[in-house]
Amino acid sequence: MTESERLRAALAAEPGHDVRAREWLADALARIVERPETVGRSFAAAGRTVGRAPLADAPDWTADEAARALLLAALPPDRVADEAAALYRYGDANEKRAVLKALPALPVGAAAVPLLHDAIRSNDARLVTAALGPYAGHLDQAMWRQAVLKCVFMDVSLATVDGLAERADAELATMLAALAEERAAAGRSIPDDAVALLTTLTGEKKDA
Amino acid sequence: MMRIFDPHIHMTSRTTDDYARMAAAGVRAIVEPAFWLGQPRTNPGSFADYFDSLIGWEPYRAAKFGIRHHATIALNPKEAGDRRCLPVLDLLPRYLDKDGVVAVGEIGYDSMIPEEDEAFSAQLAMAVEHGLPALVHTPHRDKARGTQRSLDVVKESGIAPGHVAIDHLNEVTVDLVRDSGCWMGFSIYPDTKMSPPRMVEILKTHGLERMLINSAADWGVSDPLLTKETAEAMLAAGYTEDDVDRVLWRNPVEFYSQSGRLDLSDLDDAGARGAEPTFEGSSILRGGG
Repeated sequence: MTESERLRAALAAEPGHDVRAREWLADALARIVERPETVGRSFAAAGRTVGRAPLADAPDWTADEAARALLLAALPPDRVADEAAALYRYGDANEKRAVLKALPALPVGAAAVPLLHDAIRSNDARLVTAALGPYAGHLDQAMWRQAVLKCVFMDVSLATVDGLAERADAELATMLAALAEERAAAGRSIPDDAVALLTTLTGEKKDA
Repeated sequence: MMRIFDPHIHMTSRTTDDYARMAAAGVRAIVEPAFWLGQPRTNPGSFADYFDSLIGWEPYRAAKFGIRHHATIALNPKEAGDRRCLPVLDLLPRYLDKDGVVAVGEIGYDSMIPEEDEAFSAQLAMAVEHGLPALVHTPHRDKARGTQRSLDVVKESGIAPGHVAIDHLNEVTVDLVRDSGCWMGFSIYPDTKMSPPRMVEILKTHGLERMLINSAADWGVSDPLLTKETAEAMLAAGYTEDDVDRVLWRNPVEFYSQSGRLDLSDLDDAGARGAEPTFEGSSILRGGG
């Protein structure tokens, strides 16, 4: 089952996904295949039609995010990267987040890395979080570490960072330890999950 | 506690202290119209970043304080007179499709020059095309004639009067607008525009129907809590709590609901979406990442 099939099934299984929402989505998808330039208006309107609640069968996705991922996946493959960049550039925060979450399943290679950089530069935890999904495999290690550290700084749960255990390294441990030290000097602490990560990283280093 | 909907406030220019005070005073929902920033902008890109903020960062900031934020988008009258800014009109359709955008505005006149005519008419047409209400600023200089001329342009555009709010009215301009069928907006300011006692007198004379009261707080001398002060002045003058609720909540809700996009659901959960509840408030209160 492809990611699109999974999201489509999860949307269809929602009690709130009524005839109107179903028909709207089917029409929008058919229109994008014929006239890809229609994706912008459909992308903006998705939440008003399919709703914004989390999906029971795909709990990491809301209905509007899933619908937007389907709209992106319906684009001709040679236009996806450009359209995704434009939809992100002119998107509101929910649209931006949907683009970021859809990236791993889109045929864009590493072309969308600048979108991750933009999201990580923001101070919106919803965007920083969405930038650290599976597509963050395209980020270089230095940027990825900074993004993880930013999550800790913003009190965003590290559970949302894809592949954290595999990718966390000694340099990240050094950075986390420095933040912990700075916080301790101010009588504050770092979040529990960051403490746990630091313990794991420094423990592994001792074992090695 | 009374609930307040401020239908016109420029939060981009306000601090987190303001958000905290507003939330404590009962302000639960606001609309931030796109306007100028004091320093004139000189190119469309500058506006694009500003519009992005109105549908991205500012709603996020508001949500941290439990306040629901919507926006109106337009090329404002103060800058519409600059030819370099007219290409902003080409950017607008994209923004007028967004969930958080509940009207076209602020549009209207500043100096009543031909460039402003062009932008005003074009944007009223966009409001009709997108099925959105329009928020019309009235000029501070030559106000009475500016208001009449604004009503003429509105009428000519074919937009339904009930879809239009004419803002920054006073004792001199209220009659014109009431008779037109448009909504009447009043900005309560510390020194200029309207004061709470004068506002109450206007309500006594003209009734509560189609009345919108806002703080229009921005980067100038202004106060986001003058909505509440006006509510208290209404109560002191003998109006009921239901009257206050009508003017300061139900009226703006009714006006902006005409967009089909006003979302006041789960107001108590504002800010929780897509985020861990544990970081409520933290990244902003600590000064950012």
